[in-house]
Amino acid sequence: MNEQLARIVSYLKDYDGPEIRLMEVCGTHTAAIFKGAIRSLISPKIHLISGPGCPVCVTPAAFIDKCVEYAHMDGHVLYSFGDMLKVPGTAGSLSDHKGQGAHVEVVYSPFEVLEKAAAQPEVTHVVAAVGFETTAPIYGLMIREMQEKDIHNVRLVTAIKTILPALTWICDSQPEIDGFICPGHVCVIIGSDPFLPLAEKYKKPFVVAGFEPEHLLVTIYDLVCQIEAGEHNVGNHYKNAVHAAGNRKALDVLEEYYEPGAAVWRGLGSIPDSGLYISEKYQEYDGGSFGLDQDIELPPACRCADVITGRINPADCPMFASGSCTPTSPYGPCMVSAEGACGIWYRNR
Amino acid sequence: MSETKDIITMAHGSGGQASHELMSRVFGKYFHNEILDALEDAAVLDMEAGKLAYSTDSFVVTPLFFKGGNIGKLCIAGTVNDLLMMGAEPKYLTCGFIIEEGFPIEDLDRIAATMAEEAAKAGVLIAAGDTKVVDGQGGLYINTSGIGIIPEGRAARAANMKTGDKIILSGNLGDHQACIYSARMGIENEIRSDCGVLKDITDALYGAGITPHTMRDVTRGGLGTILNELCKAAGCGMRIEESQIPVDEKVAGLAGILGLDPLYMANEGKMIAVVAEEDADKALEAMRQTEHGKHAMVIGTVTEDANVQLVTGLGGVRVLDVLYGEGLPRIC
Repeated sequence: MNEQLARIVSYLKDYDGPEIRLMEVCGTHTAAIFKGAIRSLISPKIHLISGPGCPVCVTPAAFIDKCVEYAHMDGHVLYSFGDMLKVPGTAGSLSDHKGQGAHVEVVYSPFEVLEKAAAQPEVTHVVAAVGFETTAPIYGLMIREMQEKDIHNVRLVTAIKTILPALTWICDSQPEIDGFICPGHVCVIIGSDPFLPLAEKYKKPFVVAGFEPEHLLVTIYDLVCQIEAGEHNVGNHYKNAVHAAGNRKALDVLEEYYEPGAAVWRGLGSIPDSGLYISEKYQEYDGGSFGLDQDIELPPACRCADVITGRINPADCPMFASGSCTPTSPYGPCMVSAEGACGIWYRNR
Repeated sequence: MSETKDIITMAHGSGGQASHELMSRVFGKYFHNEILDALEDAAVLDMEAGKLAYSTDSFVVTPLFFKGGNIGKLCIAGTVNDLLMMGAEPKYLTCGFIIEEGFPIEDLDRIAATMAEEAAKAGVLIAAGDTKVVDGQGGLYINTSGIGIIPEGRAARAANMKTGDKIILSGNLGDHQACIYSARMGIENEIRSDCGVLKDITDALYGAGITPHTMRDVTRGGLGTILNELCKAAGCGMRIEESQIPVDEKVAGLAGILGLDPLYMANEGKMIAVVAEEDADKALEAMRQTEHGKHAMVIGTVTEDANVQLVTGLGGVRVLDVLYGEGLPRIC
């Protein structure tokens, strides 16, 4: 490794000041931290905590139930990304219902659905549209293409959330978090500027990281140095993908096709303006996304809500530690999704 | 000539005249040897006394044809490689076809031709076969089983691994899965499956006077899974250097976009050989002279630990576990 990076690693390894708690809010960062063996390179006094970075994990059961309902309707097909299939709704997951004959299909890209819609005009094609700001523009572009191609047999059931309201909630309820590693892919869309008001209000540093071990180490170093110096700036160590002002084209798409509204985050509750809903003008493409708030009681002993809010690490959950909740037989949603903290921790334990 | 002459129908599986016609039109063209041509109910094999290796595998890949091969090449190479990994000399294979009605005979012809070619490369005879036709939409599944003779002193087993042994990986990870996923998702690129018989590598090792303690081909579940399986069977651990693991740039790029990890991606023409420390340099050199081993690297060492540890390029250490779930591309 180069000299500069070696100095940074050495500094982080030898850090012996007060305990520092840094939160990351991106499932891909959770995975990248393990992949790069970052914890083995830094002082045990620097704690890396996972936050609400998994869009599937924070989605209430009512969304799954709505998707299941569509999958059982005559003349309808429900399309979903792979790891949504096993998330439990009130009465089973999409995978369970697929096994019982419901029309559920996995897609890799939402645009595959447009091809199918054109080929099968007599069927209503419904997309389970989950994600953060990273994927929201794609659904917006889908709507644009549907208008251009005069396609009217596609519906989107959305569970799209925006990260900043959740971060505000975390800052309010978890004052012990000292700094934040900002989500790389979300920031490609929204930029780093939106974190300036948060940094100012809560006097904590927010720094964007990429996904290579070098990006993460430099970001952690930046945060630790700022915390030691009592600074609270917004930084960006993913400059080849993230601009301060974000991606204008993507932001324009969000503005054209969506309106903000309240959304329920498992573990955090309802947060105003934290969801994106298809705007009034394009309502014909919506499959009834607003108000999907009801959630199932998490199974007793499931600590998913505490994991999502960063109060505990997955390893602290008794279901995890005892081996009762595993990727092959998951107890709660955080273990089911590929982006869920518990699933990622388990694969790296 | 009607179109139906060019596709497989239920009649082809009935054992009657149509079946015989299929045999001579396709299988007889490519699979003929003394044993098959005897047309008996079973193959009678004259084999030396000693230990035999015996393996079976079924092949259900889609698409059937992909860059670098087809299901025919896979089904021969897969079973032959399993025998080679035990230190055996592969001798005989069987092949059973389950064909869905509607399958184009021309495609069957291509697949059978490939199988014959690959079997010849591996020096194996196809000694028995079977064909069934079922309802469906023109799909194809093949099962192959194989027998090989294990010469004295050459048995390779997980339990033979010793602390300090070196682990050699024969080449780039992830090519086959990357190729299949690209084909399925309509992603255009030059990535080719690595499927192929690894006899050139095993011959090269034996020719250099090296008998690997253990060999394993790196198929489903990828390197991470295979290394764990070996350690579990042998009651040992491994320390692997991430920077020594070869991955083709194009495959790394595709994996990065889809959120896949080359350490867990499937291969169909890659193996690891675990050799005594003093043999490592010679083994590596021998492997690198071969077609399938030209990118071989020494990737790690057998240890007394209870797990497989990966040392990252920056000197970080993490535990490498088996693959959980299906390794699907991520959402965001």
